[in-house]
Amino acid sequence: MPEPKKTNSGVYEWLDERLGISDIVELATHKRVPEHKHSFWYYWGGITLFFFIVMCLSGVLLLVYYRPGDEAYESVRQITYDIHFGWLIRSTHSWAANLMVASAFVHMFSAYFMKAYRKPREFLWWTGIVLLLLAMTFGFSGYLLPMDELAFFATKVGLSIPAVIPGVGPWISDMIRGGPEISSFTVSRFFALHVVILPALFIPVLMMHLGLVQKHGMSIPESEEAKPEHMRKTIPFFPNFAMKDLAVWLIALNVLALCAALYPWDLGPAADALKPAPMDIHPEWYFMSSFQVLKLFGNWFPGAAGEFIGLGIFNLGLVLWVAIPFFDTKTPAGKWGRRATWFGFFALTILVVTTVWGYAVLPPAP
Amino acid sequence: MSDEIRPEQNPSPESDGSRRNFLKVAAGALGACYVGGMGYPVYRYLASPVEKAESATAVKEVVLDQAASLPKNTSLMFKFGSKPAMLIHHDDDTWTAVSAVCTHLGCTAGYEPNEKRIFCPCHGGVYDAKTGANVAGPPPKPLEQFQVKNVDGKVVVSRA
Repeated sequence: MPEPKKTNSGVYEWLDERLGISDIVELATHKRVPEHKHSFWYYWGGITLFFFIVMCLSGVLLLVYYRPGDEAYESVRQITYDIHFGWLIRSTHSWAANLMVASAFVHMFSAYFMKAYRKPREFLWWTGIVLLLLAMTFGFSGYLLPMDELAFFATKVGLSIPAVIPGVGPWISDMIRGGPEISSFTVSRFFALHVVILPALFIPVLMMHLGLVQKHGMSIPESEEAKPEHMRKTIPFFPNFAMKDLAVWLIALNVLALCAALYPWDLGPAADALKPAPMDIHPEWYFMSSFQVLKLFGNWFPGAAGEFIGLGIFNLGLVLWVAIPFFDTKTPAGKWGRRATWFGFFALTILVVTTVWGYAVLPPAP
Repeated sequence: MSDEIRPEQNPSPESDGSRRNFLKVAAGALGACYVGGMGYPVYRYLASPVEKAESATAVKEVVLDQAASLPKNTSLMFKFGSKPAMLIHHDDDTWTAVSAVCTHLGCTAGYEPNEKRIFCPCHGGVYDAKTGANVAGPPPKPLEQFQVKNVDGKVVVSRA
């Protein structure tokens, strides 16, 4: 192969000497990506990243007209009904949020079952979990911002959960709410959280996550690792994998555009604290599982005890999920490796069953 | 890929070249469609207030309900379309309505009862209170003048 073209352009040389562009080109041309029958799952991190970029861009556009505080509902009403294509921008933002969380879940479970959290990729696993929790906080805070009826009551329920922590619980809830009731203060707080604090936390962790993938390369499943090195197939990162990635992004863009245009996001009636909660009150689907579990435990153990136990079980599950790289260390998988796989199936089953259950018992919208 | 490295194996390099060009053009056109499909809604979204203001400037007439009781040698600021304008009730019981947007750099000018003139504080532009003519300072043009009519105790301001 001849040298990559670095002659004939004085500008290129001038920039390269200062920015080291040829190092990046060198890296991109030599980097190779494993290819095997499970490669399909490699694209889900990229899909999640794509939706995150869409979130940033559509979020900035919404920021142009959104006004937190007392005018929150009115400004979202204007965006949805008065401003040209405002409904589409808002719908894109909402749909991309849901698709982003969904692809993050697929990415997480595929990494889990391919045991990608093993040495030396523990920090990829942990930064990934942090990113998912931040994404869910993004979702929770963003859900309130339109200040319609559903947003108001879903946030009310969500913020009453930390209140069951003995002692400091009520104080924590009041501090998050900015008062004993959800008000324009709450909206302003959630707005600051949603557009400044969370991005400031999310982006550095995301950079670390992406940098670590770069450092360690993609994890390969055990079936591949068992093969001798020369038997493993790889494809060049550039252009082959990058082009496939681009094609997947294009599919993601088309799915998003269809969802956003054909199923535009609704805006309910303005929040009214004196009206009873709507019958079909429910959180976003990614909180449905914990919503349903809390409801069940609330029936089994009356009072705050039910919520406290439900919450405890969820947090215990999360701790185990975080700690899994410490239990499942051996390649090829031994006893603990198989246990980890069963634990993964168990967690996935609980999540799916309680989510479906939550929707099944939901009364229809009036 | 191997065709590219060893072109002598390619039976018809010319048709391959044109196919390659066709694919490039097709990919470019498709890309342009995507950019346009996303760019157009975003442009209309951002331009929305501008378009709304433009339709507001199409306003031909403003009715000021309370203005007939305006005392002599005072003025009233009001919006003509999206832009500020002023109504002046002179000592001789005549009325003047002019745009309040200074023709120099767009500040809002105001009526000064003591001097009986329209003054823009930004750069000291002075206009005649009866006609809106630019009489001193930097303004290059007179203020736009509107027609004033008294109808049933209401003041109707309309574009000439």
